[in-house]
Amino acid sequence: MNIPDSLLYTKDHEWALHENGVVTVGITDFAQNQLGDIVYVELPAPGTPVTKGNVFGVVESVKAVSDLYSPISGEVIEANEALKNAPETINKGPYHQGWIIKVRVSQPNELKELLTHEQYKKLTSS
Amino acid sequence: MSDALKKTPLHENHLKLNARMVDFGGWHMPVQYISIIEEHVATRTHVGLFDVSHMGEIEITGPDALSFLQKMVTQDVSKAKDGEQIQYSLMCTLNGGVVDDILIYKFSPTHLFLCVNASNTDKDFEWLCQHKAKYRVDIQNRSLEYVQIAIQGPKALSLLQEMTSVPLSDIKYYRFTRGKVSTIDMIISRTGYTGEDGFELYLPSEKGPQIWEELLDRGKKYHIQPCGLGARDTLRIEMRYPLYGHELSSTISPLEADLEWVVKWNKENFFGKEALVQQKEKGIPRKCIGFELLEPGIARQGYAITDAQNELIGEVTSGTLSPTLKKAIGIGFVKTCYAQIGQELAIEIRGKKVKAKVVPTPFIKKKASGG
Repeated sequence: MNIPDSLLYTKDHEWALHENGVVTVGITDFAQNQLGDIVYVELPAPGTPVTKGNVFGVVESVKAVSDLYSPISGEVIEANEALKNAPETINKGPYHQGWIIKVRVSQPNELKELLTHEQYKKLTSS
Repeated sequence: MSDALKKTPLHENHLKLNARMVDFGGWHMPVQYISIIEEHVATRTHVGLFDVSHMGEIEITGPDALSFLQKMVTQDVSKAKDGEQIQYSLMCTLNGGVVDDILIYKFSPTHLFLCVNASNTDKDFEWLCQHKAKYRVDIQNRSLEYVQIAIQGPKALSLLQEMTSVPLSDIKYYRFTRGKVSTIDMIISRTGYTGEDGFELYLPSEKGPQIWEELLDRGKKYHIQPCGLGARDTLRIEMRYPLYGHELSSTISPLEADLEWVVKWNKENFFGKEALVQQKEKGIPRKCIGFELLEPGIARQGYAITDAQNELIGEVTSGTLSPTLKKAIGIGFVKTCYAQIGQELAIEIRGKKVKAKVVPTPFIKKKASGG
């Protein structure tokens, strides 16, 4: 299971990458593997406010519907529109081209509450 | 995993293949080995191998076997050819609801063999036993004695033919024979739940792993792919084959489910006949349809179906992304006046109305037939 040490994680299997006040969000390799073939992604529009721990979108695999939880509070500044036509991109590259949204962070302190890669690794191996 | 889950005789083989296992109707079953979509496509283009040993087998023997089963099912079993024909049928309650949908293998008028749904096996067995009183029949639940393996896809015949001297192309669609595959005696049935040509084998449980491994091994040159329940579901949805608990239940009638073709009105008497005759005279309030979504989204079981005026007109019973068509398709029940091909509908997905329309089914054109 690929768990890059450069990222932060949630217990709901999202990852977060913080760069200059903007957090890029996606789902982990573990999550995409558990879901299987992803066939649909519901994305929030830019400008949508998001709250840490709340649902911001949905991914659907052939078998299941899964909510996406925001790791951070703020405002969506961009959603990965390429996923609309190619949702399987998340399976192929969950940490790169399969990113889902970018959020302008309003509560930077919340970043400290996210899991480190070691903590997340522990969570997924238990 | 709970210890209470039942395992098929091929359980170890699935674990060896790193299958993802799930609880399905009390069975610990593979839902996928690599990817539902890849397994689906492999079955449509090459050959897929399925462990369907969770399905139940019930054997009815005795001088009154035929007359007893005639009373219990909607099909006319007297019409089936002895020793070779299989019929798809329904068992109904007195009020016309469906107890189960089943396959009937007619060995002879005194020996009938039923393949029933996994989660209904115990219920079916009890239902049959409850009604046998006046009949000279013996009813046995043989489910644990058989492994059932499905080989499905355009290469199914070539692969299986390598392992048997039985001339497989002589077995027509919905026909069966008894014969040896490898060195094992079994029932070879030209049936399936995918829309592809193929076979289902019923063999003694302890011989299952040996045949499974040999099929996988010999199947390599045909690009064989073991397939889980995920692909089994998407394959059957593309054909609009009903699944009990989705398109069939004790509260859905065969007429609503579009299965009137297995209800034989000329048969003297059978469970549910009176209720069904009345329904036929009165007309049915709702009907099973196939639809495709015209906007992004996936329809799932339980989602509401509305009309353009936002009136609730029905409910989705199955839905998926069709791996063949690469479109979101689904099956549902709507008020009969909305069931015509081309009718526009909306599916309510997480509070949003997503446009859909009624389309002809099967969703894909396939000729699942022998010969």
